[in-house]
Amino acid sequence: MKDEVRLMKGNEAIAHAAIRYGADGYFGYPITPQSEVLETLEALMPWETTGMVVLQAESEVASINMVYGGASTGKAVMTSSSSPGISLMQEGLSYIAAGELPALVVNVMRGGPGLGTIQPSQSDYFQAVKGGGHGDYHYIVLAPSTVQEMADFVGLGFDLAFKYRTPAMLLADGIVGQMMEKVVLPEARPRRTPEQIAEQCPWAVTGHAGKRKPNVLTTLELDSAKMEVNNERYQRTYRQIEENEVRYQEYYTEDAEYIFVAFGSIARICLKAIEDAREAGVKVGLIRPITLWPFPTKVLAGYSRKVKGMMVVELNAGQMVEDVRLAAEGRVPVYHYGRMGGIVPNPQEVMDAFLQKFPEAQ
Amino acid sequence: MKQEIIAAGFGGQGVLSMGKILAYAGLIDNLEVTWMPSYGPEQRGGTANVTVVLSDKAISSPVLDSYDTAVILNQQSLDKFESKVKPGGTLIYDPYGIHRPPTRTDINVYPVEAMEAAFELKSSKSYNMIILGALLKVNPVVSIESVMTGLKKTLPERHHHLLPANREAITRGMELVKTVKS
Repeated sequence: MKDEVRLMKGNEAIAHAAIRYGADGYFGYPITPQSEVLETLEALMPWETTGMVVLQAESEVASINMVYGGASTGKAVMTSSSSPGISLMQEGLSYIAAGELPALVVNVMRGGPGLGTIQPSQSDYFQAVKGGGHGDYHYIVLAPSTVQEMADFVGLGFDLAFKYRTPAMLLADGIVGQMMEKVVLPEARPRRTPEQIAEQCPWAVTGHAGKRKPNVLTTLELDSAKMEVNNERYQRTYRQIEENEVRYQEYYTEDAEYIFVAFGSIARICLKAIEDAREAGVKVGLIRPITLWPFPTKVLAGYSRKVKGMMVVELNAGQMVEDVRLAAEGRVPVYHYGRMGGIVPNPQEVMDAFLQKFPEAQ
Repeated sequence: MKQEIIAAGFGGQGVLSMGKILAYAGLIDNLEVTWMPSYGPEQRGGTANVTVVLSDKAISSPVLDSYDTAVILNQQSLDKFESKVKPGGTLIYDPYGIHRPPTRTDINVYPVEAMEAAFELKSSKSYNMIILGALLKVNPVVSIESVMTGLKKTLPERHHHLLPANREAITRGMELVKTVKS
């Protein structure tokens, strides 16, 4: 049965979607602009209905290590935080990636660096897609731009995390976390039984009870030859993910002479600018990467052979633009417009920046 | 139909709640809606504002550079948003505490003595509902019935005895707008 259309904040949608997915546990520590995730979970009290554990940890370091522990047992576990809190979790993320464990991490970004501001930002792109912790690792990064996607990507993130045994991150920002819009929540399903977990996650450390060979999960391997084999296995998984899981959305690209590239909430601001520009006859389109890792490199490479230029708009000093330039390989000019520290440009400012870089487009 | 609305005032005046009620009413009226607050420490005293978009089509940006309607409740917000009203658009403001009134002549300006009315109703908490009533008189983007249904849905049951007072405040707000300009 389809659920009713509701009005809620992106952060609230994440909490509802996690319960409905059948998540086993949430461990987190409050921080603006995402505290509603934990608040909503506490208000919904899922431990009384689905049995989901909701725990306010003593810190972000504790949260991510609780996730590490929960994930090791094959449970669907998650945490959420905002930029400074996610920085604290980087060691744990590296361990979870190395342990080849599924987990969902939500980052509702705010302006940095440092403690920064509580206003929206996208300045953790590098940290998310290049690996903020140590070692050669990646995880899947999903960038929602609507409240509906906040809800939908919880399930998608968990599914992909379990499919590839990797962490998945939902990389949102304060706008999509704090704004309200219409959402249809995913259908509720029960949490997996211990038998289902044993079947889906034969690697999980759940207690062998003398009936099977013990499972051992460790990220420590002092024999370099073996550690290289581990790394090669990680890399094979990453190549598979790059092959199969690239997601993006195109808007007005069919006849576009210039392409905007933007993710998350700023993509919507670009879309409004594009709609206004189209009315004035400027042929512009938008590509919105939904997976930031794996990045839609091939799609952008394709457009770099068709269009006259690309305009990357981000709420940062220029991060994703580097990946767009790698995709374009110098075939067309790729410019960047960004605001920092929690400042959000409006559609007019975005269009002004575009026309300043590409005056011939007018 | 598309209405891009900004409501701005002091934190605590209820602009975010008013926007939320408007958004809920839009939901009930089967419109697409976005509600984008200026969140953060402003909610505890400084200026607060909320952008509400109601549309019969999908809404691209929740962040805007100009507005069809501005509902302004303090001087700082008037200074900031008067110039952002689209030509031919609407500016509703409460003259209470305003010492530099709006000067634009290419928009429809409605001074609404809502603070005075709230004093008369002996209910400072109904202030934002009086303003909402004025807005709905000038610009009936959503129906009063949907507003009341939305209020009922969003208010916890223990506050449902306040629904008639809210309705009275909305009615009072509508009465404050004598003539609607076109």
